[in-house]
Amino acid sequence: MQIFTCPFCGPRDEREFHFAVEAGKRRPEPAAGVSDAAWADYLYAVEAPKGAAREVWLHLTCGEYFLMTRNTVTRDVVGVEALPGRQT
Amino acid sequence: MSGWRLETGGQVDRDAPLEFTFDGQLVLGFAGDTLASALLASGTRVLGRSFKYHRPRGLWGAGAEEPNAIFDVTEGGLTTPNMRATTTPLRAGMAVHSVNTWPNAAQDRGRALDLLHRFLPAGFYYKTFMAGGWMRWEPMIRRMAGLGRLDPANTPPADCAQINARADLLVIGAGPAGLAAARSAAMAGRAVWLIDDAGAPGGSLRWRGGSIDGGPWQDWVADTCTRIETAGGRVMLRSTLWGAFDHGMFAAWERGQGAPDRLWRIRAGQVVLAAGAIERPLWFVNNDLPGVMSAEAALRYLRLYGAVAGRRVVLATCNDSSYAVAAALADAGCNVTLVDAREEGPEAPEGMHLRRGAQVAGAAGRNGVAQMQLGDTKLEADTLLVSGGLTPSVHLFMQAGGKLDWNAAIDALIPRAGSASMAVVGAANGSFGLAEALREGHCAGGGTGAAPQAEESGDWGILPMRPDPAAKGRQWVDLQNDVTLKDIALAQREGYVSVEHLKRYTTLGMANDQGRTSNMAGLAAMAALTGRTIPETGTTTYRPPFEPLPLGVIAGRQRGLLFDPPKRLTLERQHRAAGASMREYGGWLRPSHYGDGEAVRAMAEAQIARNTVALYDASPLGKIEVLGPGAAALLDFAFFTRMSTLKPARARYGLMLSETGIVYDDGVTLRLAEDHFIVSASSSHVDGVRLRLEDARQDRFNPARVVLHDVTGHWTTLTIAGPLARDVLEQAGVSGDLGEAALPHMGVMECDWDGVPLRIARISFTGERSYELSVPGRHADWLLDQLAPQVQRAGGGLIGLEAVLTLRAQKGYILIGKDTDGLTMPHDLGWPMRRDDEFIGKRALTTPDALREDRRQLVGLEAMDGALIAGAHLVPTGGARRSLGFVTSVAGGSAPIALALLEAGRSRVGDTVGVFHAGNVSRARVVPPCAYDPKGERHHA
Repeated sequence: MQIFTCPFCGPRDEREFHFAVEAGKRRPEPAAGVSDAAWADYLYAVEAPKGAAREVWLHLTCGEYFLMTRNTVTRDVVGVEALPGRQT
Repeated sequence: MSGWRLETGGQVDRDAPLEFTFDGQLVLGFAGDTLASALLASGTRVLGRSFKYHRPRGLWGAGAEEPNAIFDVTEGGLTTPNMRATTTPLRAGMAVHSVNTWPNAAQDRGRALDLLHRFLPAGFYYKTFMAGGWMRWEPMIRRMAGLGRLDPANTPPADCAQINARADLLVIGAGPAGLAAARSAAMAGRAVWLIDDAGAPGGSLRWRGGSIDGGPWQDWVADTCTRIETAGGRVMLRSTLWGAFDHGMFAAWERGQGAPDRLWRIRAGQVVLAAGAIERPLWFVNNDLPGVMSAEAALRYLRLYGAVAGRRVVLATCNDSSYAVAAALADAGCNVTLVDAREEGPEAPEGMHLRRGAQVAGAAGRNGVAQMQLGDTKLEADTLLVSGGLTPSVHLFMQAGGKLDWNAAIDALIPRAGSASMAVVGAANGSFGLAEALREGHCAGGGTGAAPQAEESGDWGILPMRPDPAAKGRQWVDLQNDVTLKDIALAQREGYVSVEHLKRYTTLGMANDQGRTSNMAGLAAMAALTGRTIPETGTTTYRPPFEPLPLGVIAGRQRGLLFDPPKRLTLERQHRAAGASMREYGGWLRPSHYGDGEAVRAMAEAQIARNTVALYDASPLGKIEVLGPGAAALLDFAFFTRMSTLKPARARYGLMLSETGIVYDDGVTLRLAEDHFIVSASSSHVDGVRLRLEDARQDRFNPARVVLHDVTGHWTTLTIAGPLARDVLEQAGVSGDLGEAALPHMGVMECDWDGVPLRIARISFTGERSYELSVPGRHADWLLDQLAPQVQRAGGGLIGLEAVLTLRAQKGYILIGKDTDGLTMPHDLGWPMRRDDEFIGKRALTTPDALREDRRQLVGLEAMDGALIAGAHLVPTGGARRSLGFVTSVAGGSAPIALALLEAGRSRVGDTVGVFHAGNVSRARVVPPCAYDPKGERHHA
């Protein structure tokens, strides 16, 4: 059981968290201007980095989404921060 | 017969004899024995039969490394399979049976299989038993191989507690190295958790002895434990530390004594691993005979239990550690011949014969060792003890991500310092001998000054030993899975040279001893065959658990009702009092019907709603409040259906999609005010819908302008449905204007009814005139008391969910996940896309796949000449049979109809389609999904 740190609540057991998405993906819109390939890329293509990864996680307990940088190989957590514009 | 019991010595209580049976024969042991020590001392040699060849097998070791002595143990009429004899304490009355033998281990009929061994090498099942298909042979082969029997009556109680704990310093293993580490840390004032799977601390000190700091080891151990406890730590015995997980989490299984077991999840700041080392076997022809045992194990049985392995003992070794074993056995009265493979070694202990520079080439005997070949000489003996060196127990270090380095001097792979955040000391670190263990442990525990002193040094002059590939005859490498050296050569010839392939092809190391006595030899043999070094060949991956543990320990108390507790209705007591049968629907316990006979009652209750008036509990339906000036914009993005144009005091049915365009949920959204909506969600999807709304709220919109609040559990909702519904509400005295203008179909009203906040939504899931009345949960009893008598007086009654599901199916109203699957899009359900603005899933609705002509669409079916069964595939009436879709929901009654997803369904309305079920094809007519009142006139009746 890993320990993740919610920027709002502090360190908690990993079962309180839910992985949302890789950070940095922008939703292509408006729909009319998006090719099939670009839409498929948005839905299914992920970086899946080996090593440092920047990810959006949800702390289910407080309901806040936040950014976590962690190492996917060693599973060390490098840092956490609130979404831009959200204050901790 | 070989083993026997000393009259004194060991920790057994000779005044407390315990009777048990083995394969039906009465055996006597003592309190303090394990099943293994009792059987050894009783002279019973054949304890089981090997996995594949059913060769006789006897006791090999004294701990978790034991590959052969696996038993089904019956106590109190209940049988537990696959108990390891070496780690199972003896209790009176145990009925112990060898596994996979018939009728018993000594006379097993399966021994004939050994005659066929040439046809049963590793992987034979990939090449043979193909005639008539593998499944013709598999049941028979499975019966002849395998381990114990499951006893269906044996359901262990769900009583294992799970405890979370923090430890500043965790020391794994209470042998001399672990004790030294814990001691120095405790003396520096740290709270140390010292954990060991034995019933007493000391580890190898308990059978090897030795003086520490000039005094008896017992005193030093006792003093150390006192210091640990005084400094605020704890000594956990009978506890196996079985897994190392991320972020410093460790799992331990504590075996209760007359109490339930416990699972510990320990978050450790610092860890010292002192898990010891396991003795290796030697390899020679017929090295699997009963009577061939680990030398160290023989010493352990002698010292701890007073059980002696045999009388005429040959001890074959390659290192100094076995000399103490030979001396101890000679002292006990055995006739000992020590055979040292090395030309030089320590002086021979008194009272034994010593042969240097000699190795055992083969052993022979019927059902047990009787003689062995040593060069040109034949030696007679009843017991052949062996020591091929030591393999450090690095499992937990590897689980924590550590790497190994090859140490040629001791012929072993040892932990690479710094490759995992765990210090390894003593034999687990390849440092054998008492002095080294104490010194390394002392340092790892942060000790300053002199380490505890002992004389015995661990430079045991280990001569690397390997199986001889030229030997004529079979040499066993993995005893538990019956893997021989020839099998490893076969794997290499067939190209399975990676150590991971070797493991899976031959099954070497895959039994429940996890290859403790076989992995090293297998790896070394493959390295030799492929011309690689041992580090180049590498090891397989180490995974938890370190040792098999009962699933009940991990499951803890989460069984039965606690496994996945359903949510309960506020009015459950009243439903039960009214005769409800409760069943789980979407995670909630709800009435399926009232009274006896489900099928009959479901139909009768459905008729109540159609004919008079029905009352049912709709509380589980999700209710998510969406509040704020940004609410409408959020909902417009989150839903396929535009909600910003919904007027206050009105409700609208809508779909929520995933970004893949698939329908995720459906439900009715109420608008109470400009900035106040209530989104309803399917009772099983409430959390998912709320998460999707929250995702959009935080990631796309301004969270200061809209908030979400799940109030599903806060409100009780009772639905009154039927032609007499309005009359019932008026008779009950519901305040508020119930006229058609004030509260039309799909209208919403909030009012105060005798001081109780009430919300009425005129929404129909049944197809009849229908009112959903919601009050805060604390008023639930009161609401039921107002409505139920009026429903009775009108000739109606309570109805359960089965009736409701039938009624909605007749109207073609879908259930997400039942009438939709993982591919269903809105237009498949008859909802074309009409919006210009962005919403979740919009782009996916115009992909090539979304625009296919042959997509499966929602239709209705009328049975023509057979029953309609949910799940039945729809097939063409002629031509090649293929699936065109399937029946999704069935509504019984006098004219049974169904809903289905059918390829290009809407264009087939009026056609006949085949319904395939249980090998037969019946026919059905395709009709529109709504079978009852398609114009919706009943809503206003």
